[in-house]
Amino acid sequence: MVAVQEQTVSVWKNQINPKVHVAGSGPAVVFLHGAYGLTWDPFLDTLAEQYTVYAPEHPGTTLGDPDGVKALDDLWDLVLYYDELFAQLGLDSPTVIGHSFGGMVASEIAACYPQRVGKLVLLSPIGLWRDDAPVKNWMILPMEEVVKAAFYDPSGPLAQQMLTVPEDEKEAQDLQIRVTWSLACTGKFVWPIPDKGLKKRIHRIAAPTLIVWGTEDKLVPPAYAEEFGSRIAGSQIAMVEQAAHVPQLEQLGRVSGLVRDFIQP
Amino acid sequence: MKVSMFHLMPYRDLPDDFEQKYHSVWVDPPWTELGDAEKVGQYYNWSLDELIHAAKAGMDGICVNEHHQNAYGFMPNPNLMGSVLARATNGMDVAVVQMGSTLPTTNPPTRVAEEYGMLDTISGGRLVAGMPLGTAMDATLCAGITPIEQRERYYEAHDLILKAWTADDIFAWNGKYYQLPKVNVWPRPIQQPHPPVWIPGLGSLSTWEFAAQHNHCYCFLSYYGPKAGKSVMDGFWQFIGDRGIEPNPYRAGFLQLVAVAETDAKAEALYERHIQYFYNKSLHIPPEYFFPPGHQDYRSLENNIRKGIFKSYFDKLDSIPNWRFKDFVDEGFVIAGSPATVRDMLADAAKDLRIGNLMVLLHIGSMPHDLTLKNIDMFSSEVMPHIHDMWDNQWENHWWPERLRTKRPASIAAL
Repeated sequence: MVAVQEQTVSVWKNQINPKVHVAGSGPAVVFLHGAYGLTWDPFLDTLAEQYTVYAPEHPGTTLGDPDGVKALDDLWDLVLYYDELFAQLGLDSPTVIGHSFGGMVASEIAACYPQRVGKLVLLSPIGLWRDDAPVKNWMILPMEEVVKAAFYDPSGPLAQQMLTVPEDEKEAQDLQIRVTWSLACTGKFVWPIPDKGLKKRIHRIAAPTLIVWGTEDKLVPPAYAEEFGSRIAGSQIAMVEQAAHVPQLEQLGRVSGLVRDFIQP
Repeated sequence: MKVSMFHLMPYRDLPDDFEQKYHSVWVDPPWTELGDAEKVGQYYNWSLDELIHAAKAGMDGICVNEHHQNAYGFMPNPNLMGSVLARATNGMDVAVVQMGSTLPTTNPPTRVAEEYGMLDTISGGRLVAGMPLGTAMDATLCAGITPIEQRERYYEAHDLILKAWTADDIFAWNGKYYQLPKVNVWPRPIQQPHPPVWIPGLGSLSTWEFAAQHNHCYCFLSYYGPKAGKSVMDGFWQFIGDRGIEPNPYRAGFLQLVAVAETDAKAEALYERHIQYFYNKSLHIPPEYFFPPGHQDYRSLENNIRKGIFKSYFDKLDSIPNWRFKDFVDEGFVIAGSPATVRDMLADAAKDLRIGNLMVLLHIGSMPHDLTLKNIDMFSSEVMPHIHDMWDNQWENHWWPERLRTKRPASIAAL
């Protein structure tokens, strides 16, 4: 376990005050989390062994700053906001890794500011749409259904952890509020269909890109790996077996190896 | 007291195994399996006839509302119904209570200003302008409104409509959600400065604040009766008192299911299965459809989770499939029985909750047309006269069309 520091920064005329989790040393890697909020996990631990990992919480999802999300109207504002945040953290062109919702945000940043992103890693990103392979609307699924779709082994410890309610009543409430509000804040930029025009902009991505997908993903079907891959010039696709929507944790060893090999200078 | 008949216009013939076989009554019940357009045409006509019958029977107002993609109550544009009702009740002192056009889903919202303007002019100034936020099912799932933006959109639409009705000059609206270069609504309403505005709500603090700030009537629309509504309405009156606002009972509306027959036993025999149909089929909605994340603002979310409000609500619903007539009556969900039973319970509820504008749901679930007419007749002739005088000698109903504020004669059907 590495030591993780939590740093609160003020961005967007001080209207948004996200917490940024920072750990490790070495070249900078930014991790953008998915819709359920940021949890520091073993995948980030392995990254922090060789890199300085910056994991910002998306606007509004930071405890104590629920109104931060109100300062941004739409996806265009969100991309500009991340440009400001990167500048404030002194990150010129870091590697950016995005998971699910965070993968969409990472793609948008890389398409809007091709020089902002050194290398790009997309872990089961959303952002494109096919009528014949619709992305499941996670915001209206009960957690049990999310877990069935998002994990290769829904009865395994990783999946069950998502369903575990803390025994302490206050902690259980805190968790429910935090998860619900994270979904609300990230949902602001993608509701009701996570196709907000990335398909028109994605060709602008200049960073070397690695796309990682679990072959059993039932939330965002694996067909999207090729959709992303074919639109990003020179990108690599890695399909990961015995994994669904969270391949970096479901197959920690394999995926962290793939990512380390890809991002090493 | 002003008493209005509320109608949902539900699908009346859902199959017996509906709630076992289908995921939800709202958003995704498949029309191709369940819907029969010929039958639905009959339902619309029956529903209009039932409301017109209520107007003739002496009720003060007739209410319709807006919902989408469901078999629970489907008047996707309540103003289509309202225009028929306004025309058919011309010459009667009855209010056309639109509860109403859902603001965030009507684009641009000046459309509501126009259609309500039409209804107020056609009816000769008898419109009550309901301004609902809309359920999450309607706004976010059927209309695609982003949950976290639904309330903001609602506030902006409300401000735009009121300005469109009252501004001296043509104006440009440069809002966050709506930009209109020249707002100049034709027609404007007869009622000045604008028709009374009613705000339906489910007990959230932000809606109380909003209604109080604009001096609108707050209507608690629940299907769980006065017992369950007591804490909400007590909270509302406490809120009003704390702000030094006059506690006029007409500031509040309340919806109640009511079923009347000659005796308590006869009411049970006539109405039980329709009440069960309503709670088990018409309200067969998965919890996650009610509250997509963001539908409630952060403070309401925190308040509701900390106080366990959702949990107790959904825990209670779990037991309803086993309820009989007596359970619905004992819990107060439905006020049903002989005229004496109903008038006592209703008077107690209205007094206890301090309600001036009462709405009664007299068509429930699968109730057939004839039984609905009977319920309307018995309610109007044997219940309503006993509660009609409540509050009148102390308070004026500022939230009722001005030309209708005096009491209606008991029944104009007899005239």
